[in-house]
Amino acid sequence: MSILSLTAVELGRKIKAKEVSVSEAVEAVLAQIETYDKEYNCYISVDREGARTRARKVQKLIDSGELTGQLAGVPMAVKDNICTKGLLTTCGSKILESFVPTYSAQAVLNLENAGAVIIGKTNMDEFAMGSTTETSAFGVTKNPWNTQHVPGGSSGGSCAAVAADECFFALGSDTGGSIRQPASFCGVTGLKPTYGTVSRYGLVAYASSLDQIGPVAKDVTDCAAVLEAIASYDPKDSTSIKRDDYDFALALTEDVKGLRIGIPKDYFTDGLDQNVRAAVQSAARLLEENGAFVEEFDLSLVQYAIPAYYVIASAEAGSNLARFDGVKYAYRSKDSKGLHEMYKKTRSEGFGEEVRRRIMLGSFVLSSGYYDAYYLKALRTRKLIKNEFDKAFEKYDVILAPAAPTTAPRLGESLIDPVKMYLSDIYTVAVNLAGLPAMSVPCGVDLKGLPIGVQLIADCFKEKNIIRAGYSIEQAVSREKCEAARAAESKATEARN
Amino acid sequence: MADIITDEMIDYVSILAKLELTPAEKEQAKNDMAKMLDYVDMLNELDTSGTEPMYHVFPVSNVFREDVVVNGDDSEGMLKNAPERKDNFYKVPRTVD
Repeated sequence: MSILSLTAVELGRKIKAKEVSVSEAVEAVLAQIETYDKEYNCYISVDREGARTRARKVQKLIDSGELTGQLAGVPMAVKDNICTKGLLTTCGSKILESFVPTYSAQAVLNLENAGAVIIGKTNMDEFAMGSTTETSAFGVTKNPWNTQHVPGGSSGGSCAAVAADECFFALGSDTGGSIRQPASFCGVTGLKPTYGTVSRYGLVAYASSLDQIGPVAKDVTDCAAVLEAIASYDPKDSTSIKRDDYDFALALTEDVKGLRIGIPKDYFTDGLDQNVRAAVQSAARLLEENGAFVEEFDLSLVQYAIPAYYVIASAEAGSNLARFDGVKYAYRSKDSKGLHEMYKKTRSEGFGEEVRRRIMLGSFVLSSGYYDAYYLKALRTRKLIKNEFDKAFEKYDVILAPAAPTTAPRLGESLIDPVKMYLSDIYTVAVNLAGLPAMSVPCGVDLKGLPIGVQLIADCFKEKNIIRAGYSIEQAVSREKCEAARAAESKATEARN
Repeated sequence: MADIITDEMIDYVSILAKLELTPAEKEQAKNDMAKMLDYVDMLNELDTSGTEPMYHVFPVSNVFREDVVVNGDDSEGMLKNAPERKDNFYKVPRTVD
């Protein structure tokens, strides 16, 4: 069995048992990148020598018994909007084309303390603004399942890298679905934690009140392990939350007896692809067979989440991205006459189209005369949406829904109409507005063979509910797959005889 | 509502956003923003009177700490990222004539 087919936790176990060395694991991943990344373009930068040196150091610490965690020695990737000390961090933007941070994000430090080995930085939509990883200044990432299709976004590089075995897990960030939607498109498992669970220190801010870092992994067990490693209270992030418990892996149980699952009827309307609908409904049936209580309910205000999200996210982006002015970081336009012209030229040349569009919208909705009508209106809508979720969680432990209305679109299809691209986030953005934890778990494929993810949403701080439900679905799906394979095998044997 | 996006409005917004747009980009921005705002106007169907704006997920207030330096001097590394520097300073184009 190849090293690459192991999950992160399985590899960690083998490293601990001295069956695999850290260097072997790193070399296996680097070879995989060498073979496939020219085509997929999951990575913006790969730190080959850094990873090799680190592998030797981590091996020593494991051998001496100083590193005992389950991710010790496991190679991983980091989305390129998460700061890594001494490693290029571009946010997929020309304006940060040569930015090298002097510090690492707290989530990265936590993983380094756990002994994980950073392989490189993954591609993304510019400043995480996009749903396809096509707005990156460093080329598009292709979906490893079918290279004619996008991997989703904005954490498309992280999700494609995990799908293509170019790392064992990755960090992504999720502002409006940027972990869950590409995880669904790439057939991997991605989790957005409760707002405040993972420190945002060192995450280049897009929309600060919505942004969360989270794991992208091969399965639910890995997701829980990575979440345990990265979640921490951090005084450096003023919105960081001190939680009562961090032992997410305790929820890895197939038993869902008594778990109350709500399916929002409003998420299963006309815009939903038939294959996606069928796969998501079958995931709900699997939970029911495992003892969960499943029923449909009305979650209203669904259609208002996207307009509210784009107003709020653009407003926050407009403010956050004001710091990129050609003075402190990376790119500066040549030949500007004065300071003000330098600012304007740098930003116009350095930012791509989608980023400029959102900065313009953000500046407008915050401008005097329109602030109340747009920005405050959106924030009031946000409160109403949060109230709807509060009501739902009085009755249910988990809300089960699609992660995206379709499977991965073809390359180039989505950029033609921005509003249409925004609509692909319809099932994910409300979760960010309300600060909830949610996870996308693979639950099937469509007729073209492209993966489908089911989204599991819980109330704030109830990650364990979605991990439990996700694990239950995952085990049942893999059993079904095995049975189908066995049935096909015995049919083939019969035919041969 | 989208008819508020006039040429003057685009000029004003690009000053706020510190962006310089070509005439073609301005026209594009006008169309994009009008289309987006038409869509956003859907929010007016909702009665939000009496609802407090939700800026944050949890009630957050200022978080205070002792005013003690905890980080080292990273100035050299930070200045390395500057497009232009002079000694220990960021260098910018002329600001006054």
